[in-house]
Amino acid sequence: MSEETVEKKIILKEEDDYIVNMGPQHPSTHGVLRLEVCLSGETVNYMIPHIGYIHRGIEKMAESDTYKQVIHLTDRMDYLSSHINNEAVCLAVEEALGVEVPERVQYIRAILDELTRIASHNLWWSAFGMDLGALTTFFYGMRDREKILSIFEESFGSRLLHSFNTPGGLLHDVHPDFRKHTLEYVKYFRKKLPDYKNLLTDNVIFHNRTIGIGVMDKKMAINYGVTGPSGRGSGFSCDIRKAAPYGIYDKVKFKEILYHEGDSFARYKVRMDEMVESLNILEQLVDNMPEEGGFTAKMKPVIKLPEGEYYQRVETARGELGVYIVSKGAKYPYRIKFRSPNFSNLFVLNTLSKGGIIADLVAICGSLDLVIPDIDR
Amino acid sequence: MILDIYSFSTLTSSIDNSLHNMMSPWMATLTEFVLVGIVFLLFYALLGLFLVYLERKVCAVIQNRIGPNRVGRWGIFQTFADFIKLLMKELITIKHADKFLFNLAPFIVIIASFMAMAALPFAKGLQAIDFNIGIFYVIAVSSLGVVGILIAGWSSNSKYSLIGAMRSGAQIISYELSVGLSLLAIVIFSGSMQLSTIVESQADGWWIFKGHIPAFIAFVLYLITATAEINRGPFDLAEAESELTAGFHTEYSGIKFAFFFLAEYMNMFIVSAIAATLFLGGWMPFHIGGWEGFNQIMDYIPSILWFFGKTFVVIYIIMWFKWTFPRLRIDQMLNLEWKYLLPLNLMNTVIISFVVLMGLYFK
Repeated sequence: MSEETVEKKIILKEEDDYIVNMGPQHPSTHGVLRLEVCLSGETVNYMIPHIGYIHRGIEKMAESDTYKQVIHLTDRMDYLSSHINNEAVCLAVEEALGVEVPERVQYIRAILDELTRIASHNLWWSAFGMDLGALTTFFYGMRDREKILSIFEESFGSRLLHSFNTPGGLLHDVHPDFRKHTLEYVKYFRKKLPDYKNLLTDNVIFHNRTIGIGVMDKKMAINYGVTGPSGRGSGFSCDIRKAAPYGIYDKVKFKEILYHEGDSFARYKVRMDEMVESLNILEQLVDNMPEEGGFTAKMKPVIKLPEGEYYQRVETARGELGVYIVSKGAKYPYRIKFRSPNFSNLFVLNTLSKGGIIADLVAICGSLDLVIPDIDR
Repeated sequence: MILDIYSFSTLTSSIDNSLHNMMSPWMATLTEFVLVGIVFLLFYALLGLFLVYLERKVCAVIQNRIGPNRVGRWGIFQTFADFIKLLMKELITIKHADKFLFNLAPFIVIIASFMAMAALPFAKGLQAIDFNIGIFYVIAVSSLGVVGILIAGWSSNSKYSLIGAMRSGAQIISYELSVGLSLLAIVIFSGSMQLSTIVESQADGWWIFKGHIPAFIAFVLYLITATAEINRGPFDLAEAESELTAGFHTEYSGIKFAFFFLAEYMNMFIVSAIAATLFLGGWMPFHIGGWEGFNQIMDYIPSILWFFGKTFVVIYIIMWFKWTFPRLRIDQMLNLEWKYLLPLNLMNTVIISFVVLMGLYFK
């Protein structure tokens, strides 16, 4: 077979383009993302995202860590869905070993998943308002997120990066007040939701800034692999909790939120409705959570996966996270690949922002809800 | 009428007389200039610092926070500490910047806002210069600031600054029209451009009450357009933090940045003071025609308190805007001005002329 490499030069930049570098230090890129924006006046001609400023080689590092240690690395990817990231690896390992985790563990995991999702959406709401210039949203969102973080802190000592999951179950049992405080939080947050509506959702300026901005149709969402709330705003039914239920999710009744407009406002509405839906899930789970059953299945002290390839996907707050593990039978994975949601979600940004103005670019970037460490890994 | 004990004209005329007794007329005038200048400089600096403190407290209340509370009681010296910090900061020189214009810009901005203060009637008899075209002078001088902003954006050799400055230019030139037209409403009502006469004409009721609905519409339009003209949220496009990092003053540091910062707050004070003077009666107490007892009680409150009270109410409203609304987009903002506010203003002016001609307002 003769190998022929055809060198195709793609000319992206012209000599006299007016290039503005947004980032790596810029208030609205939410991290070290650099967007090379070409402008004519205020209009965005094209935009090239540059990633890699926070690349830590998590996948390579994982190759020399045991499976229990890999959990701690996944925290650092999408730090706002750290619990869900942990769960993805745990589920993959458990499936490979054929371990049955106690039902109680599944309940607790799902409760923590939903709490994490709400906390993440709270932070997104805060930051999205800031992007659009409504500075007060930041404090309202943070206020409510704080309550969830204190539930986390009470049970497992850390607030953001809690490597609480472990293959086979949980590190230790939750705090005795866990159930009570979760129920209190559900009640509290239901009362606070009208604040969100009054401050931002019903605002006329906010409507002008988001409705019809960055329209992504369903086909584009599927082609780019945009998942999570961003994809569901375009009518792409991609909720893994529904499509391929894991843990306890097949026993829970909940709606998959779908909007078909595909603009920034639809993506916004999906997340707002998802918060309510998560509260509904929480109520069902907390009521049915068994008191007995322990917090972990019986596991060997050294976990060795049988030779083979394993894949597990979960729904994080930002979309589909896939964990692909190749094992050669050792106690270290031979190769781990993460299919991170933000990586796919980022690259639709160029198509969406073309022809808009700088302010639109900021609004679209905010509505995609990007977490940069998850892109770079 | 307002009690004479609160009038500042006795104080100012006594100073004037004693100065004239002591020295030759031109020397006395020169001394008065210097005195007025020093008083204004002090007032300007202190008020600027206070407004920054006030904004931080107001936004803290709106955002569920406490705000500054460490330096001094209730954190009242926080802004002084910040200002000292700004004074001691290094003045970073920008490579390839136009040095002369770069250094000139903050002065133009601050002088523009400083000059507008001269015509404001702070209390009965407390006004530096009583022009017969006072309101015209204030509009003219306060719009000089945009020159400074444009120069700042152009000379700092930064793309963010340039975009911010261009936005600001487009914004201020557009909104200048509506500000002028909505102020014209009161000029038509009172028949004068002299600020002291306008205040006197509100002795038996403020124009916002006397002038029927058209005056109220003019007031609302003035509030919106004035907020836009001083580059404050939701119209703070020139320094849109999440888009342009800091807009036209991205490259400035230390005292030069402090100048822009102070000028922004003083501009807010000036537009609020004009709103208070024209629509809410300036230093004139709240009077209702015919209610003698009530009017006399109101007269016991000093006129300077009336003026600052009204001004700070308007300032609070403008701050409230900023901390509640998201920012508009540049094209939406220009649409708002040219398609909605300006036609509305023109129509309102015609209606007001009709109302005044027919004598339909309360006299």
